[in-house]
Amino acid sequence: MKTPTFKSRLKTPSDLGLVAVQPSAPLLLLVAISTLARCEIGGVFKRLATLGCLLTALLIFNQPLVAQEQTAAEPFAQALELLRQGSMQEREQAIEQLSGDMRSLSLLQALQDGKLFDFKAQSKLVIAQEIDTGYSLTDPLNGTALPNVERSEVGKINLNNKLRGNIRKIVGQLQLNAPNASVRLAAVKAMNTDIDEKALALLKSHLTNESDEAVKQAIQKILLLQDLNSSDKALRIAAIEALKDLDSQDVVNTLQVIIDKDADGNYLESDSDVRNLAEAALIKIRERMQAYAAVETVFFGLSLGAVLVLAAIGLAITFGVMGIINMAHGELMMLGAYTTYVMQQLLPNHLGTALILSIPMAFLVAALVGIAIERGIIRFLYGRPLETLLATFGVSLFLQQSVRSIFSPLNRSVSTPEWMSGSWQINDFLSLTWNRFYILIFCLLVFTALLQILKRTKLGLEVRAVAQNRGMARAMGIPTARVDALTFGLGSGIAGVAGVALSQITNVGPNLGQAYIVDSFMVVVFGGVGNLFGTLVAGFTLGIANKVLEPYAGAVLAKILVLVFIILFIQKRPRGLFPQKGRAAES
Amino acid sequence: MISETATQEFGASLPLDKQVDTRHGPILYMEDVSVSFDGFRALNHLSLYIDAGELRCLIGPNGAGKTTLMDVITGKTKPDSGSVFFGQTIDLLQMDEPAIAQAGICRKFQKPSVFDALTVFENLELALKTDKRTWPTLFHRLNDEQRDRIHDVLQTIGLSALQRQPAGTLSHGQKQWLEIGMLLMQDPQVMLVDEPIAGMTHQEIERTAELLLSLQGKHSIVVVEHDMEFVRSIARTVTVLHEGSVLTEGSMDEVQNDPRVIQVYLGG
Amino acid sequence: MNIFTQDKTYTTTLITLAAVTLLIPFCNLMTTENSVLHFSAYSVSLIGKYLTFALLGLSLDMVWGYAGILVLGQGAFFALGGYAMGMYLMRQIGSRGVYGNPDLPDFMVFLNWTELPWYWQGFEHFGFAMLMVLLAPGLLAFVFGWLAFRSRVTGVYLSIITQALTYALLLAFFRNEMGFGGNNGLTDFKDILGFNIQSEAVRSLLLLATGLSLIAALLLCRWIVNSKLGRVVTAIRDQESRVRFLGYRVELFKLWVFVFAAMLAGLAGALYVPQVGIINPSEFSPLNSLEIVIWVAVGGRGTLYGAIIGAVLVNYAKTVLTGLMPDAWLFCLGAVFILVTLLLPDGIVGLLRRRIKPVTEATANTAGQTV
Repeated sequence: MKTPTFKSRLKTPSDLGLVAVQPSAPLLLLVAISTLARCEIGGVFKRLATLGCLLTALLIFNQPLVAQEQTAAEPFAQALELLRQGSMQEREQAIEQLSGDMRSLSLLQALQDGKLFDFKAQSKLVIAQEIDTGYSLTDPLNGTALPNVERSEVGKINLNNKLRGNIRKIVGQLQLNAPNASVRLAAVKAMNTDIDEKALALLKSHLTNESDEAVKQAIQKILLLQDLNSSDKALRIAAIEALKDLDSQDVVNTLQVIIDKDADGNYLESDSDVRNLAEAALIKIRERMQAYAAVETVFFGLSLGAVLVLAAIGLAITFGVMGIINMAHGELMMLGAYTTYVMQQLLPNHLGTALILSIPMAFLVAALVGIAIERGIIRFLYGRPLETLLATFGVSLFLQQSVRSIFSPLNRSVSTPEWMSGSWQINDFLSLTWNRFYILIFCLLVFTALLQILKRTKLGLEVRAVAQNRGMARAMGIPTARVDALTFGLGSGIAGVAGVALSQITNVGPNLGQAYIVDSFMVVVFGGVGNLFGTLVAGFTLGIANKVLEPYAGAVLAKILVLVFIILFIQKRPRGLFPQKGRAAES
Repeated sequence: MISETATQEFGASLPLDKQVDTRHGPILYMEDVSVSFDGFRALNHLSLYIDAGELRCLIGPNGAGKTTLMDVITGKTKPDSGSVFFGQTIDLLQMDEPAIAQAGICRKFQKPSVFDALTVFENLELALKTDKRTWPTLFHRLNDEQRDRIHDVLQTIGLSALQRQPAGTLSHGQKQWLEIGMLLMQDPQVMLVDEPIAGMTHQEIERTAELLLSLQGKHSIVVVEHDMEFVRSIARTVTVLHEGSVLTEGSMDEVQNDPRVIQVYLGG
Repeated sequence: MNIFTQDKTYTTTLITLAAVTLLIPFCNLMTTENSVLHFSAYSVSLIGKYLTFALLGLSLDMVWGYAGILVLGQGAFFALGGYAMGMYLMRQIGSRGVYGNPDLPDFMVFLNWTELPWYWQGFEHFGFAMLMVLLAPGLLAFVFGWLAFRSRVTGVYLSIITQALTYALLLAFFRNEMGFGGNNGLTDFKDILGFNIQSEAVRSLLLLATGLSLIAALLLCRWIVNSKLGRVVTAIRDQESRVRFLGYRVELFKLWVFVFAAMLAGLAGALYVPQVGIINPSEFSPLNSLEIVIWVAVGGRGTLYGAIIGAVLVNYAKTVLTGLMPDAWLFCLGAVFILVTLLLPDGIVGLLRRRIKPVTEATANTAGQTV
């Protein structure tokens, strides 16, 4: 977490100027560059001159402010000096002194991590990071980088256990005052592990000033947990009553201790009222935990379903609407995933942008390959589904081997941009990963877009007309060959887009497509061929079914069970969940 | 659930010699039968009775439900409501296509559907009325009597010279004849004949009419045909279908002079 | 028609098979290692392997070429037969395994199992194992086919669910808990019927057994397709619903052929395992089953001997190509899939026939063989 520590320094007025300039430096450069870009007629000299002016301005701005900082805090500097050179006792004093100042937070954190060093040549404290040639140094107060040094030039500031404990508490207290709520929350949580009277008092006093709801709750939880240890029975009972509504692992652990027995079978807790209440509270929390687990299962199921729908939806067009069995569908997804990989290689510093750009790119690549397959092979095989199946299978082998030869038989890694990684921690028992969340939304977007294309555009109308009655459509002047190619391109393009999504949750390798082809067909067949909504419902149903079964049967067996279920289902309803009706469908 | 359907579909084939109860006259009863496809009513509370040994012609404009009616009788389409009985006792709605065929109701399709890869002789051999279970079929050898019967039918349909030819090489009219021959081989009690003369020459049409007339009495025959001349030449009773139900029934003259029929055909 | 003659290619195939089957083992048993007539152990195994693949291709041609059911999971039946044989061979190892357990195969000891699972009982008897070679795939085909054909699942739907079937089995057999050796499968065989499985004589005899099985299977298949049942099945391929109206229970006929072909595939698997010395779950992979389809398509489906020719040719090409440049094999396989379906729908046999016979007759023969 860089930003919080950086922002925390804002509190002392002496830093304000410095901090205000620092972020503006890149801004100025940006202005400089954009100005340069606009100098269309000016010569090279003119551009250089502008740049020079700007750089000078930058330097002038920076200089006095740094000086100002150095002279500002005399007692603070003294404490630093003590810390640098003093004995253990002196260090303890110094640390005590530093505890009142927000500036010391990053310094103390470094000290805690054993990264604070004495830079002998300049007689100052530095944060040192070990590198191959020695250490890279940064200034502990303002975070600016200093030149690298050899190992012998710096000396580590040593601590003993007592000091380490003190520092931890001080860091916690300092963080408690941080402007960023998540830092405060982390500080509170850290304090919970080793709490004493002083910290309690601090938390109590902080509670009244705290504005953030989450931090407040965390503090209240700690106070309530402390209340459990008190000797006042009424206080304990009240605490349990309040705790039973909290979704926290700490609460569960603490309550569990109350109702546990020791080795001889006697309860650890002597008061039976407290015990019974604790037990009831635990049951209540566990009930909620189960509900959260169910929510999580459904979420995982939905996200798996989203993947299945994405994989199957292109197939719903080519197989469902056009009646073409495209066994290379999985490989078109693979191409989409590799497109993402290539885009990230081209834009290594803008992973997010690369990912977003990959969506249209993958669509294009897969659509073009799809159109080539349709024009080159499939159009000769209309009305011969089994031959189409075989020929497109040949295509899939071809594409797989091409990727193997071009990239490598090994999996390539596609990175997840920062905004997609991590998870949404709702409480101790429920957290939803962002990437799956985005894929779920993405899936729904793609589905809606596809539905709109089919419903509202001319191509959509022509696609439906050709699907229903090819001969009549041709008689009406619809260029069926072109519509076939475009429809197939559309279905293939969507497979490519699905590949982009897949690259975020699974390995990108030559076998990526194979893993999904059977599943995709199952989804389409299960949902009812020719019915896009059926595909959506089927995908989500199968996804959830898979995830519900997984805890009982294991992932592989769950998959097998789902496959067997679909096989049996097709026996019972060969036309899927939502069959197409009508006289034509009968034949 | 599965086992129930299983017995229904696999176990319910009738013994070949089971007698059809026609004591009350009709051999085929269709009562109040309705079929709809996605809102479109192909059959609308249709009731129809075919007497044993009768030759009945069905006419009606396109979409009147003629083919759907045959589909219902032969088990291809299950009606939404109504009942279909073969004789007094055999409920056709409880049976599937092979069971109905084995019970003695056979059908010639509108589009001639013979087996192109097999020879004319083999096509007839497959239609032969015999034990049609798998193992007996595997070990089946034609006896002299059966061979004679095939040759008789070949004579009747005039394809003796072409018996070793694959059926795929036949002309449209010859395929029609072959299919009629397959119908004869099955020796059914009820023959459903859908558009028998499409693609035939004038001479062939005459011979078809003769053949159908010679079969009545022994077999009950239902003919669907658009060609009014042909219908007039064979039919005693004509049933006119319109929008899924029976519009009128009677002799050809009666029917042709019925103002409702005229209106339906002329689209007034 | 006589089951020994059909046309020239058929008779040639039959004679070649008989020659290979009898001459190679004969030469190897009669000559010493240095003789010109001696085949190396490697080539004997390789030819044996091709012949088992030919048998497998033949089984697929019965269901696909004649009954028109494109099974994309024929490899599953092959693998099941192979596993049944593998289980017998595992029991033959006895206490010579690494762990020296007289009853349990090594992988079970490794998994800390204490007794043989019930489904491994009886596999120490060769006769029982051979029965299971036929029954296990037959039973699976029966249950699966019963369900599928009864509800009239046809065409590509059926193809895809057969692929799902083999895929499900692949996943299942990868699991250690299944008791079939998991990922590694069954291997390290020692004896068959008390003879050393590695010995040259046994290898030659296995080749002989495979060749004889193939010839017998070809004659049997030929007899079946020439029977009335064969004609019914061909009729079903071309006009399924019409056959129903003739009073045949289409689903039972399809089931009959499907189960027969599955058993044939099982037999092929059982002959394959002792010759290659291993059976593992990868035999269930959908790709393997698709390769079988391409053998038959290359050879020419609906001819029986076409499947044999195709299986041998494609596999020979595979051996040569994977040896020369391993990367090229999938390219070639892919290209063969595309080219055969586009340009050579009747395979090599179709090509030969068109050359030999007058055009009209050739088209008549192949009419209706498109599905």
